[in-house]
Amino acid sequence: MPDLTEGERLSGSAMLGIARRQRLQDRLFHRLTQFFSLLVLVALLAIIASLAIKAWPAFQKFGVEFIWRVEWDIVNEEFGAAIAIFGTVATAGIALALAVPLAFGIAVFLTETCPVRLRRPLGTAIELLAAVPSIIYGMFGLFVFAPLFADYVQTPARDLLGGMPIVGWLFGGATNGIGIVAAGIILAFMVLPFIAAVMRDVFEIVPPILRESAYGLGCTTWEVVRRVVLPYTNQGVIGGIMLGLGRALGETMAVTFVIGNANRLPNSVFSPGTSIASTLANEFAEAADFHLSTLFALGLLLFAITFLVLAAAKVLTLRTERAKGA
Amino acid sequence: MEAAKLARYARRRRANWLGLALSTVAMALGLAVLLWILAVLLKNGLAAIDLAMFTRDTPAPGSEGGGLRNAIVGSLLMLGLTVAVASPIGVLAGIYLAEYGATSKTAELTRFVTDIMLSAPSIVLGLFVYAIAVATVGHFSGFAGSLALALIAIPVVVRTTDNMLRLVPGSLREAAFALGAPRWKVSLMVTLRAARAGVITGVLLAIARISGETAPLLFTALNNQFFSTDMSSPMANLPVVIFQFAMSPYDNWIRLAWGGALLITLAVLAINIVARVWFRERAPS
Amino acid sequence: MPPANATPAAPPPNAIEVRHLNFFYGQFQGLKDVSLDVVERKVTAFIGPSGCGKSTLLRTFNRMYSLYPGQRAEGEVSFYGENVLDGKQDLNLLRARIGMVFQKPTPFPMSVYDNIAFGVRLYENLSRSAMDDRVEWALTKAALWGEVKDKLKQSGLSLSGGQQQRLCIARSVAVKPSVLLLDEPTSALDPISTGKVEELVHELKKDYTIAIVTHNMQQAARVSDYTAYMYLGELIEYGETDHLFVNPRDKRTQDYITGRHG
Repeated sequence: MPDLTEGERLSGSAMLGIARRQRLQDRLFHRLTQFFSLLVLVALLAIIASLAIKAWPAFQKFGVEFIWRVEWDIVNEEFGAAIAIFGTVATAGIALALAVPLAFGIAVFLTETCPVRLRRPLGTAIELLAAVPSIIYGMFGLFVFAPLFADYVQTPARDLLGGMPIVGWLFGGATNGIGIVAAGIILAFMVLPFIAAVMRDVFEIVPPILRESAYGLGCTTWEVVRRVVLPYTNQGVIGGIMLGLGRALGETMAVTFVIGNANRLPNSVFSPGTSIASTLANEFAEAADFHLSTLFALGLLLFAITFLVLAAAKVLTLRTERAKGA
Repeated sequence: MEAAKLARYARRRRANWLGLALSTVAMALGLAVLLWILAVLLKNGLAAIDLAMFTRDTPAPGSEGGGLRNAIVGSLLMLGLTVAVASPIGVLAGIYLAEYGATSKTAELTRFVTDIMLSAPSIVLGLFVYAIAVATVGHFSGFAGSLALALIAIPVVVRTTDNMLRLVPGSLREAAFALGAPRWKVSLMVTLRAARAGVITGVLLAIARISGETAPLLFTALNNQFFSTDMSSPMANLPVVIFQFAMSPYDNWIRLAWGGALLITLAVLAINIVARVWFRERAPS
Repeated sequence: MPPANATPAAPPPNAIEVRHLNFFYGQFQGLKDVSLDVVERKVTAFIGPSGCGKSTLLRTFNRMYSLYPGQRAEGEVSFYGENVLDGKQDLNLLRARIGMVFQKPTPFPMSVYDNIAFGVRLYENLSRSAMDDRVEWALTKAALWGEVKDKLKQSGLSLSGGQQQRLCIARSVAVKPSVLLLDEPTSALDPISTGKVEELVHELKKDYTIAIVTHNMQQAARVSDYTAYMYLGELIEYGETDHLFVNPRDKRTQDYITGRHG
């Protein structure tokens, strides 16, 4: 019987005191964790606000026109974002055009073709490569890739096509291997493992039962990929690609080393150029006053572009996950 | 089977063979490129790494020799401070999302924004920290560098903590509540404990992620030619030193850049592998 | 709604009295006008096909459902005269007085010793030796002391499934509640462990009021004094176990216990 009286003891005043203290601690804990989670939202707002404030003089002077003006004259304080935006979009576009088909192939290989024994080690290898810091890709691009690109692609292309009428000018200019195309290729190397890993994850959402029933109908592996896996995951795949696009647009180091950092309109396929991120990396240290403000304006533009791309990517992947209950 | 069907099947098999062959080629090509990059890094890096790299500071322009001691120490100091700040913030925010955030719209928004911040351009975060912690103070500093890195690390920690806590079976939470435990004890002493392997993995991955980040440090910690442990002044760090040295015309600087690049990559890969092994061994099956 | 509750005439007091209880999962009504009494220091079993609301009913006793938004209860659940459903009820205190054990063993990710001590430390500040005594006492109550007395520092997760479940029972007993709720406590266990847990229930009812949900009719017949048969959220029949199994009054109860249903 002593146990029950112990039980009743719980309603005693000591217990009530403890319970009251715990309620207080709980409320405190709730607010504390909430505060930290709100920090993320506050950080986002603060980023937008501070960039906008710093960028204000630039927008005040040039208006929205800033976005499509091509001038970039530091001495005369004439600035426009067009060239940097072009470089950013062009490098990212080249990168995706090269990396997406390869990444798709790798994802198919890892989920369908690969012997089961090798799936995990190879998948892990791809994930590890996605973690290699981007500055490594930049150095590789500058010291190894650019010279090779100059000797084996640019020079032959110029010799072969440079003399042609009408399109010849496209292949003119210096052949030092540095430029928008080279930067795009290096960027492709960098986002390749990332996109491949995301696509593999998306493919793995497909329930085995769906795959098995397709095989049960006599489908070949390739048909399963084309008719079952891809239709089932299309939004997720596009989401993964856009995630890669977001990374590529905002990448600094892989691009800065090889893009040539020339703030002028490209006049041939091999022209050097600049991207928003590489302009920031190169000019920020020496910039002051109004020039600094234009750099902040560039940063704000970059943030807005990548934010939209990443938000779209997130919406797409969320939709696949929800629809598939994963 | 009739001839037409067989012919059709032969065609389908050819398409299958082609598709799978192409996927294998893509894998081979992808791995070849990436291994090529690592091989170049290894060759140049190994040639550069010696004892002096760890015992001497970064050389002045034009002077011979030198090492990366100040940059290594600076990087470690900034990383240490970042982890010390970002882990508790990230873990607590992750706890909120997982334990209180099931129904709240704000939590859903926070999750969405966190996911975007995970991939946000790091250079813009650098700009932001410059605006709030460098321009206002008037000089670059190690603290500002840590702050920029923390902005990258926190979303990583938040999301892994959130995901890992949500993998903890609801019955474990209920069992703790059934004893009369208050929410904060359930969260910290039961669910967080159950998910700790995953949470630690998240912190490790965050460290790996920020170890090689260069862009945000350009505008925040900048660089310092000399050895310094004063975090309120500009601070040498590996990524920025690598960037500046690699772009320089001096051979010994470029050599040091390769050495530093290899050092960072090895560290990042090692942390990644440790995190994976750790998680695989300790994760509740 | 047939008032199926036939409170036994015998005088022992009721630990829990349920009156006109309705329960909702959002729009879905999980319990419909349930009324019954849980008698002190007896074992009351809740049986019925899955989805009949037996677990739902149990989870109203300690307000476990309050963890989930969208779930709500109407009516009255009185625990020694105190309305459990009252919005001002301190849930932590309530749950310290009404213990619960779940379907699957839920050892906390800590040592066997700390699994027991965790709950005790919540409301009591015991000395080291008093805590040692309490841990031994609880483990003995749960018939586990002999098996784990040399493994107190090991992780609770290292025990076998049956041992884990008895550890969870010990953990609930250690905080000295007056009621123990067992929600299909043996459904994840092998027959031998099941037997041990059933013996334990017999032992524990000397000191505790026990409410057990089970999908296993033989188990209900073996361990309980009173049995409630539920179907589709309604309490169909409630009475002394011997009567209910031998002489069910309701056709649906009869169908169920003779295996024509569920």
